Amino acid sequence: MKALRRYIDKIKPNFLKGGKFQKLHSTFEAFETFLFVPNTVTKTGSHIRDSVDMKRTMALVVMALVPALLFGMWNIGYHYSLSVGAKSTILSNFWYGFLRVIPLIAVSYIVGLGIEFIFAQIRGHEVNEGFLVSGILIPMVVPVDVPLWMVAVATAFAVIIGKEVFGGTGMNILNPALTARAFLFFAYPGWMSGDTVWISKLTRGEGIVDGFSGATPLAEAAAGNIDNIPDPWDMFLGTIPGSIGETSTIAILIGAVILIFTGIGSWKIITSVFAGGLAMGFILNLFAVNPFMEVPAWQHLIMGGFAFGAVFMATDPVTATQTEKGKWIYGFLIGVLAILIRVLNPAYPEGVMLAILLMNVFAPLIDHYVVNANIKRRLRRTKLSAQQ
Amino acid sequence: MSDKEPLFSTRNIKLLTNPLNDENPITVQVLGICSALAVTAKLKPSIVMAISVVVVMAVSNVVISLVRKRVPPRIRIIVQLTVIASMVILVDQFLKAFAYDVSRQLSVFVGLIITNCIIMGRLEAFALGNKPWPSFLDGVGNAAGYGVILIIVGFFRELLGSGELLGYPVLEKIGLYNIGYEDNGLMILSPMALITVGIIIWVQRYKNRILIEDK
Repeated sequence: MKALRRYIDKIKPNFLKGGKFQKLHSTFEAFETFLFVPNTVTKTGSHIRDSVDMKRTMALVVMALVPALLFGMWNIGYHYSLSVGAKSTILSNFWYGFLRVIPLIAVSYIVGLGIEFIFAQIRGHEVNEGFLVSGILIPMVVPVDVPLWMVAVATAFAVIIGKEVFGGTGMNILNPALTARAFLFFAYPGWMSGDTVWISKLTRGEGIVDGFSGATPLAEAAAGNIDNIPDPWDMFLGTIPGSIGETSTIAILIGAVILIFTGIGSWKIITSVFAGGLAMGFILNLFAVNPFMEVPAWQHLIMGGFAFGAVFMATDPVTATQTEKGKWIYGFLIGVLAILIRVLNPAYPEGVMLAILLMNVFAPLIDHYVVNANIKRRLRRTKLSAQQ
Repeated sequence: MSDKEPLFSTRNIKLLTNPLNDENPITVQVLGICSALAVTAKLKPSIVMAISVVVVMAVSNVVISLVRKRVPPRIRIIVQLTVIASMVILVDQFLKAFAYDVSRQLSVFVGLIITNCIIMGRLEAFALGNKPWPSFLDGVGNAAGYGVILIIVGFFRELLGSGELLGYPVLEKIGLYNIGYEDNGLMILSPMALITVGIIIWVQRYKNRILIEDK
């Protein structure tokens, strides 16, 4: 460590103003602060500096994602061996999934960070670390078989159109990882929806066990085959087909605990998303004119990407509402819309993505009204006290 | 303007070329966006639409410029609309007679040229105060500026969305599908037209720094 620090200090002058590689300043800084806690000191005024800067925040979110990711890797292998009827162990399943997922993660990081570095150089700002999380979220919300070049295109689209045109990390309106997923979903629907895309190599259809179905619980429910919905316990554990990281509710809850405990994810948003989903589920249960509406409300919370979206997507501090009251409204509406889209529009079996993107757009509006309501309340109070 | 001014003086040329770049109706004035989104899923309708607008705009500009001294200011908008509407009906009938397929694809949007803000804007801002020849150039220039963007957007949307150009399967011929390429379904949907226009605006302002507004 010390040797590394000495080496960085030695080459540092080259990147400062007037140095040989002045133009690569932002790249250098990115690596330096990635390796060591920056020693910047505030010189004027009084400030509180938290040692948990953005890089640490992002690193913690990535850690919170690890349980879901590891489970997703195992799940890929598990379903693959089920589909071909092969004997397998936990390790062999995990190894198979690991080999399938690593290329996706690599592509997402290389493309996304490459674009971030290019923009940082052109615009002369620091490399922002927001993509550390987006880069791992993108592979986790896609089916395992999606071609790598599509992931690359979607990542580039999400980083450039979803983030950089608005001014980079912290300025984006839409969650970049969900932008990438929405891009894939609308651009290449054949790879993103249907019954065969969720399980590795099922689309090719070679050597598949007779009668094996790769349909997700949501697809079964949307088709009205309510009896085919797996046991709730399976859905909670996550041994169901689905996108890489979203199947296991329990792994996601472990991540949620980490996020809430470290104060990075807002517990208000997470709880209100679940509350919203539950409320909408109950309302639909009351009507129950088709089989999908009869699915018990609580089961909606463990199906599909609902939990994943609630914990990791809705809580993105940049695109969520900033006010405390706003967080309740924002989360609740995400839950309501997600279940509404999921049940009433069979063309979009996964409503969570669209619900979160939609509410991302509305987040500033919610904040605006919450702030204004507060101003009005306080104005009224001063008027009353002035009258007395 | 003196009578001796040559037909293609610098001033007149400017009328024709300015709208193509610095004063482009779509990318700078942000007018006529609706039709730019609606008709550009394929290249052919984009081209036909561009030509139609050039015709409507050039003729209406000249006609309004000819009658500009006889029209009472109070009813000028109605007169302008009448002229544009007549031209649009002519173009529409012409398309129905000679290019029925394209006319079907353009559907209501030929009729909606009447409400295209660019045309009304140029009649109000230019033709009402200028002689026929500059008005003609101004009309052609602005419509061409509109058309160029339409064609650029249509080109990319058809190429990336359907893998064809004017119906010719370009990407299939160069064998892109064999290596796993697939058409991007999003390009056919209208949001992508908006994003494509946005990217054109981005590129244009990157090259032409005068256009960047002060903060």
